[in-house]
Amino acid sequence: MNLSFETLLILAGILFAIGFLGLLVRRNLLFMLMSLEIMMNSAGLAFIAVGSVLSQPDGQVMFLFILSVAAAEVSVALALSILMFKHFKTVDTKALNSLK
Amino acid sequence: MNIVFLIASVIAIFATIMVITRHNAIHALLYLVLSLLSVALIFFISGAPYAAALEIIVYAGAIMILFVFVVMMLNINSSIKDEKSITSWKMWILPVILFLILVFDFIYAVKEEKLVSQSNNLINSKQVGVSLFTTYLLGTELAGILLLAAIIGAYHLGKTKKRNLHRYLQTNSDSENLEI
Repeated sequence: MNLSFETLLILAGILFAIGFLGLLVRRNLLFMLMSLEIMMNSAGLAFIAVGSVLSQPDGQVMFLFILSVAAAEVSVALALSILMFKHFKTVDTKALNSLK
Repeated sequence: MNIVFLIASVIAIFATIMVITRHNAIHALLYLVLSLLSVALIFFISGAPYAAALEIIVYAGAIMILFVFVVMMLNINSSIKDEKSITSWKMWILPVILFLILVFDFIYAVKEEKLVSQSNNLINSKQVGVSLFTTYLLGTELAGILLLAAIIGAYHLGKTKKRNLHRYLQTNSDSENLEI
């Protein structure tokens, strides 16, 4: 079936906006990471949409790269959040104000 | 605009909104898995079955399990309250209903042969693999190096440092590690 390019891009934009809103609003580190995942996923959706419209495999290749970047980012960031929890006994980013 | 895409996208947007408004991290993770599954269905019907499979395996399978492990390790909420909230049906009934809708949506999309097989922009995994290892070979190797760096970085950050106890507090087993 041929989905229209615009609807896929609009969906990707809505998902990206929700993720960005979550990143701005939430102060819990875990929720900020989840919002980052949502944003990366919507970027992958946009690449898939472009690849589907052009009938080229390049979109899926870019999605694979986004996937590996997301996996690398989330593993390091979760290790950092564990360190932060050991240090501050919370994952609230308001605790990270010693540079003020 | 067809009905399969419409249902999947509505579930995706709703689940994503629920992710950023939950207070409990486990509840948010349930909705996040639901959102990723619906996006995988959208990949499937837009002619990218390989990306859909990878989305389920890597995102909803591996990365979300990593999140669940970390939430369990941090143990932010008190455990008794947590157990009660996990076992109460109010928490998981809505994601399960949405997931069942998504499953019926997927079955409908597979049954309607013309939806998937007749699409002229179906890109199978062979084309993706050929492109991945010819045109984008350098990028693939860089992605591998990035993953290796991530493994080493996560190991280095998560490593517990060796504690130096007073010699009266040491047992016999770790007395040979004593630094004098």
